[in-house]
Amino acid sequence: MKEHWKIFSKGLIEENPIFILALSLCPALAVTTTVVNGLTMGLTVTFVITTNNVVVSLVRHWVNPKVRVPVYITSIATIVTVAQLVLQAYFPVLYKAMGIYLALVVVFAIILARAEVFASKNGVLKSFCDGFGMGCGFTLAMLVISVIRELIGAGTILGIPVFGESYSPMLMMVLPPGAFILIGYLVAGTKTLLAKREAARREQERLAKTSLVQEREVLN
Amino acid sequence: MADYLALFVGAVIINNFVLTKFLGLCIFFGISKNLSASVGMGMAVTSVMTMSSILAWVVYFFVLQPLGLTFLTTIVFVVLTASFVQLLELVIKKQAPALYNMWGIYLLLIATNCIVLAVPILNVENSYSFLKSIVFAIGSGIGFALALILMASLREKLAYADVPKPLQGIGIAFILAGMLSLAFLGFSGML
Repeated sequence: MKEHWKIFSKGLIEENPIFILALSLCPALAVTTTVVNGLTMGLTVTFVITTNNVVVSLVRHWVNPKVRVPVYITSIATIVTVAQLVLQAYFPVLYKAMGIYLALVVVFAIILARAEVFASKNGVLKSFCDGFGMGCGFTLAMLVISVIRELIGAGTILGIPVFGESYSPMLMMVLPPGAFILIGYLVAGTKTLLAKREAARREQERLAKTSLVQEREVLN
Repeated sequence: MADYLALFVGAVIINNFVLTKFLGLCIFFGISKNLSASVGMGMAVTSVMTMSSILAWVVYFFVLQPLGLTFLTTIVFVVLTASFVQLLELVIKKQAPALYNMWGIYLLLIATNCIVLAVPILNVENSYSFLKSIVFAIGSGIGFALALILMASLREKLAYADVPKPLQGIGIAFILAGMLSLAFLGFSGML
């Protein structure tokens, strides 16, 4: 159980697909103009990546390694088509808002990468945890980006005004340039945080070592 | 004629795929560290995109639409473009080894890329005519190459700049792309 939790949770922060691995950025920038759109894309990707991981894990013993990539791509494309049809039938407004980016979920590097790196070598339950964790990490990143963009760019969250009447929105944030610049700073922020954590860990190790040496000296 | 020109200019600068539609970002940030590689990549993407658009257009309008299978577009196009790039790689390797040495590595990167898939899908979604879809594909490819070369030139200059440590690498590249995108936004009122 603990092992599965570990596989699930690493996708959230440590190996976050967007902030750390910097994979599949196209959607993160394109559809995060509002929180609803960002969330829809996040959930769609979670569904696709989890299902695909399970499928790939199930067939992993029968697929010849030489043709594995075409098999994975076909599997991903089928699952994406299912997601497309469901959205089109039940949420036509969201389907329209996603536009071409929904079909492009097929070529997101993160989905193929998880199939290749994890699901093709591990059991079904583990692959499910891995895919679900990565999907949640992706959704989390989409949520962070879209909340910031909608808040600054339109002054609302989920369409509800937050700053009151006097706020004049900074339109650039919902336009393409704002997305690029925001991601630049978010990546820098994550990098700083991780570097700080790493430095703190090293410092602790060093302290532990020196205290060990001192102890020995005292004993001698 | 004016129609085609508008479509072409629109695809190159106004609706630039990288800077206003965020497509092909993986290649864009990966390759733009090096100017000569960017030129090669730009040409490779333009030619692959044009050829796969032609192929996809024919398959869509002569196979998928008459048979009423348009809901399979995504699957068919992905398999089509990916296998086409693989085939192209084999042919070039056999017939023109010199060209393969120059372009071979880029072809593998292109195989499953959003920009190569997006152009054929947009072509059939907007139901462009055969000629129009070729113009659109060439325009998009040139627009991609333009953005890539601009970015590579900027990043080469960046080597001499004193960038704050956390922003070094991908961070500053994103902010630069934002500035470029802001400049390209100025074209949006042109047509």
